[in-house]
Amino acid sequence: MADCGNLRGTAAIAGVAESDEMGRLPHKSSLQLHMEATHNALADAGLKKGDIDAVFTSGRNMANDLPEYLGIRPRFVGGTQVGGCSFILHVEHAMAAINAGLCEVALITHGESGYSRIAMPAPRWGEDSTNNQFELPYGSSGPATGYGFLATRHMHEYGTTSAQLAEVAVATRKWAALNPKAYVRDPLTLDDVLGSRMICWPFHLLDCCLVTDAGGAAIVTSAERARDLPKKPVYVLGTGECVTHQMVSQMPSFTTWDAARVAGERAFRMSGVKHADIDVAEFYDAFTIVPMLALEELGFCKKGESGPFVSGQRTAPGGDFPMNTNGGGLSYTHTGMYGIFTIIEAVRQLRGECGPRQVPDAKVAICHGTGGVWSAAATMIVSTEH
Amino acid sequence: MAETTYTGPIPKPTPETKPFWDGTRQRKLMIQLCGDCRRHYFYPRPLCPHCLSRNVSWVQASGRGKLHSFVINHRPPRGFPTPAPFVIGMVELDEGPRLMSNIVGVEPDPAKIRCDMPLEVVFEDITEAVTLPKFKPVQG
Repeated sequence: MADCGNLRGTAAIAGVAESDEMGRLPHKSSLQLHMEATHNALADAGLKKGDIDAVFTSGRNMANDLPEYLGIRPRFVGGTQVGGCSFILHVEHAMAAINAGLCEVALITHGESGYSRIAMPAPRWGEDSTNNQFELPYGSSGPATGYGFLATRHMHEYGTTSAQLAEVAVATRKWAALNPKAYVRDPLTLDDVLGSRMICWPFHLLDCCLVTDAGGAAIVTSAERARDLPKKPVYVLGTGECVTHQMVSQMPSFTTWDAARVAGERAFRMSGVKHADIDVAEFYDAFTIVPMLALEELGFCKKGESGPFVSGQRTAPGGDFPMNTNGGGLSYTHTGMYGIFTIIEAVRQLRGECGPRQVPDAKVAICHGTGGVWSAAATMIVSTEH
Repeated sequence: MAETTYTGPIPKPTPETKPFWDGTRQRKLMIQLCGDCRRHYFYPRPLCPHCLSRNVSWVQASGRGKLHSFVINHRPPRGFPTPAPFVIGMVELDEGPRLMSNIVGVEPDPAKIRCDMPLEVVFEDITEAVTLPKFKPVQG
C-alpha cells in the first residue's frame, strides 16, 4: 500500500485570511463570506485572481457555486466534503495536484453563514437516508449527541472528568482574550463551564463550540513559487487523512479515534518531525473532548491520559503546550466547518504575526481536524523551515 | 398512535432496509449475518462490511445486549415528541453489532446509568406503519 510519496516540503501556504467580519452577520451570504476570505487571502499572498488555477472547497454544490460567483475557471477542482476538516485534506490534495503538474496556485476556501443561515443549503437528510432511519428517530441532535458518546465512554474507561474537559474550554478562552477577532473574550472559570446549562450530557453549553458566520481561505502553491512571494513561505512538511464512517453508530471504536491515528501517523512519517519539535498545535475543538482525543491519537500523550495532560491549564497562554492559540472553535469562531481556521492560525503563528498571543520562536506547527461525528480526520505539519 | 400525530423523524425504508422495518413491526430485531466470515452486522445492506462478501442473510437477533455508551439529550431537535431530558444509547448487541437507540425505563440521570449495563429490546409503534426498537435495562 502506498504511503507518503515524496511530497514533504514541496508545497507551501503563501496566503491566509478570514472574511472582513466574523460573528453574527445577517447582512452577508455564505458565498460573500467565501469571496471576502478569498479576496483577503490573495492580497496576503501577493497574488491576483488570474494566478489561481485550482479551487478547493467544501459543501454541497460549492465546487460549482464558487467558481461561478468568483468568476474563476479552475483547471483543477477539489470538492472533497468530509466535514469540518475538509480544508486540511484540501491542502494535501492541492500539494498532490501541484506535484503532478496539474496546477500551480490553489485556492482553498470556506464560507458559511452558520448562525444567520443566509444562502445556506437545505437540510441534509432525506426521509430514507440512513441517518433518518437509524439515528434521528432517537432524538439525536447531531454533533452534540455524536461527539458525546466517545466522551462518556472515555470517562467510563479512563476516569476522565467533566472538570478535565472544562480545562480545555478555560484555557482556550484565555487565548481568545488575546485575539481581537475572537467572538467571545470574557474570562471563564472551571465553575463557569461546569455550571453552564446542560446541552447533551456530558456536554455543558461551554463544552460546545460557537455557532458563527465567517469565511476563511488559504493559497497553496509550489515551494519554489512561494519563495518569490512577499510573505515567508510556510512549507507543508507532512499530511495525512482518513475516513471511517458517516453515522456515529458505525464508529469502529468508542475509546479510540482511529481516523485521527491514521492521519497523524502519516503526517509525522512524511514530515520527519518529532513530537518535541512541535511548537504550537491547532486542534479542531467542536467540543472539549475533541482536542483531547487528538492529543492521544497523535501521540502527545498516552491513550486515556488526555485528562491529566490538559489539567493545570497546560494548553493556555504560558502553559508548556500552546494549543488553539486563536481561541479555537470554542471562543474565536465556529461556522460549522472550522478546519480552515486551524490553517490560518498556524500560518500566522509561524510568520510571527500574532501580537500578544504569539508563541515565541514558533517554527513548527501542527493542525488537526475532525469531520462529521469523528467520521474523518486530517493532520498537517507545517514549518517556515524547509 | 396515528401517523398524523407523530412529530418526530419517521424512517422511510429503502429496498435494502425493508426487512429490518418489517421485522420491528413483528417485534423481531432483524440483523444480517455474513455467510463467509460469519460475522453479524448492522445497518442493513446487501454486503458484509467486514469482508465485502455478498453472501449474506437475515437473522433474528436475540434482542439482548449492553450499553456501550450513552448521552442524555437536554436539547432535542425542534418537534421531537419525547420530553427532554432523555437517554440515547449506543447499544452493543450480544451478536456484536452496535446501534443507536433510546434507553427507556431508566431515569435520565448519569448517576443511575452505567456503561456496559445489560439491556433488552422493546418495541415502540410510532405510526401505524413504523415501529422503533428501543432498549430497557434487564431486571435482576
